[in-house]
Amino acid sequence: MAKVTMVEAVTMALAYELKNDKDVVILGEDVGINGGVFRATNGLAQKFGEERVIDTPLAEAMIAGLTVGMATQGMKPIAEAQFMGFIYPMVEQIICHAARFRNRTRGRMTCPLVIRAPYGGGIHAPEHHSESTEAMFAHMPGIRVVIPSSPSRAYGLLLAAIRNPDPVLFLEPKRVYHLNKEEVEDDGEEFPLDMCYVLREGTDLTLVSWGAMMKETMEAAEQLETQGVSVEVIDVATISPLDMDTIHESVAKTGRCVIIQEAARHCGVASEIAANLADQGLYNLHAPVKRVTGYDTIMPLFKMEKKYMPSTARILDTVNKVLEVS
Amino acid sequence: MTTVASFDIDYLQYLSPNGDLVGDKKPSIASNFEHLKSIYELMVMTRTFDAKAVALQRTGKMGTYASCLGHEAVHIGIGAAMEESDVFAPMYREYGTQFYRGVKMSEVLMYWGGDERGSNFSGPKHDFPWCVPIATQCMHAAGAALSFKLRKEKRAAVSVVGDGGSSKGDFLEAINAASAFQLPMVLMIVNNQWAISVPRKKQSAGRTLAQKGIAGGLPSVQVDGNDYIAVYTAVKSALKRAKEGKGASVIEAITYRLSDHTTADDASRYRPNEEVDNAREFEPIKRMRTYLIKQNQWNENLENQLLNTCKKEVDKAVEQYLNAEPLNVTDMFDYMYADLPHDLEAQRRYALEMEEKSNG
Repeated sequence: MAKVTMVEAVTMALAYELKNDKDVVILGEDVGINGGVFRATNGLAQKFGEERVIDTPLAEAMIAGLTVGMATQGMKPIAEAQFMGFIYPMVEQIICHAARFRNRTRGRMTCPLVIRAPYGGGIHAPEHHSESTEAMFAHMPGIRVVIPSSPSRAYGLLLAAIRNPDPVLFLEPKRVYHLNKEEVEDDGEEFPLDMCYVLREGTDLTLVSWGAMMKETMEAAEQLETQGVSVEVIDVATISPLDMDTIHESVAKTGRCVIIQEAARHCGVASEIAANLADQGLYNLHAPVKRVTGYDTIMPLFKMEKKYMPSTARILDTVNKVLEVS
Repeated sequence: MTTVASFDIDYLQYLSPNGDLVGDKKPSIASNFEHLKSIYELMVMTRTFDAKAVALQRTGKMGTYASCLGHEAVHIGIGAAMEESDVFAPMYREYGTQFYRGVKMSEVLMYWGGDERGSNFSGPKHDFPWCVPIATQCMHAAGAALSFKLRKEKRAAVSVVGDGGSSKGDFLEAINAASAFQLPMVLMIVNNQWAISVPRKKQSAGRTLAQKGIAGGLPSVQVDGNDYIAVYTAVKSALKRAKEGKGASVIEAITYRLSDHTTADDASRYRPNEEVDNAREFEPIKRMRTYLIKQNQWNENLENQLLNTCKKEVDKAVEQYLNAEPLNVTDMFDYMYADLPHDLEAQRRYALEMEEKSNG
């Protein structure tokens, strides 16, 4: 079994579906011969041909619109938004069409497409290349939002996203594209799209996060463990639909919960999780639910991006406040 | 200096406003009177339907409705030129095209009556439903056309925008996609001179809207959109070209919106009555009727029979619409996803519970 990085796992999943489903095609800017700016489609055009891995004109709304048109006609297009910062021209097609076709036509037409987008900060990129705006999409009914945080989950979740009969936004935390290598079997096995992953079991505190922030979250958990705090860590992985059952179950056990998100705080996914805990799990709580998030500011250019993004120290600072409550 | 590219935009008209054939070439369709009579009948049916739909809105029996008054020739011309296997991506008033393709009048009423079931319409299941966000449908047609091309199917897609829609990036991006991928599609601009209250001249200083297609290297023509024979001929030939693998075309059909934009609009606020009165002289149904009468193919007796049939058919459609099965509150949940997510299941249960309480 090969040890692969997250971005290599993405390529593996894409190749698997291109090979096994003739309706699957990839569209995007530079996805062809160049293999994508992050090399997520590396070698695919060479292997499957330029009719399966299609370089498009530089027009994001068009890429999304073509994808919607193709999906409604029975194909399974996978579009790449080169960076999440360039996804906004696609938003009209995603929200007004992809998310709505099944409902609008009472099931006559469906939209089984995937839009992949590298997202998040921490790679010293130029302006518009570092934001995390997953909550915008998670708010919209009709579209699934999936965020892997490891090579194996990237592989299994992307396969599930491609095979899902409804539109899926697949956000790839690019900061951890190359962080770890993991053994991923190229067996075509998909992961469920509505389930959180408990990465670490514990009894004193639940840490909930997703995407690249899993790195700092796990680091915080390890440090806390050395101080004798038993921490449960949950990777949400599919932020829409949200698997609150797993989170409630964990908090029922630990009584304490801190949610970590890279995005700005206001109306974020962390807020939704906290609201759910207040609504359905209040009596399980021994302490207030806290959020560790980006600030409600514009994501700074890269000289200050690390000060914007939640760090392990910021997570621990908040956790200590939560642990102080007796 | 040398010229590296140049272009002309041709204007196509076969049937003059007086109902006379003009020009040297006469397409065979001009003497296919059985066909033309059936088209005329559908034009009148569409207009009868349209008047009834407006009346339903005015009497509180339907929501806002976008009238197609004056567009009958261009809409039905598109429909008649297409094959069933082709894909149609309309905006929201191309009922004539849709009736030709098998969509029922009662389904149009359902849609404007606030019921999604109208978009699960009869006719080709691959046709796109009504599209409210302007010009976004052009890219759906392009995507459909790209699918046909990749699958090597002999099919084409047709999109429609208005003169206003031709100002949108989506329309221009669709032209560019059609050009870059050599797509089997036809991009129609139904130029009815008004985008709600904004007149054609404020959309663009370009002499024609058809010439926007030239930027993508697409053959682009203007046709008289009130002349069924011209529309049919232009669309038929563009579709043939598309299916031969020669790429897309742009057709600007010049017509006039004789109605308000929708029933929520009052065009008298911004549009002189004289302009509308003048436009009526050019309208498509009168033109076709005059032609058929001049060719001894139509008479008052047939006209009266037709009007009678149309009234009956439209009344039947209204009955069907008004007597549709009531919606269930769960319908809003049941078509969101192939499999209802767990959290939505709870909301569905709650909605049902509240419904039962309010009924009980």
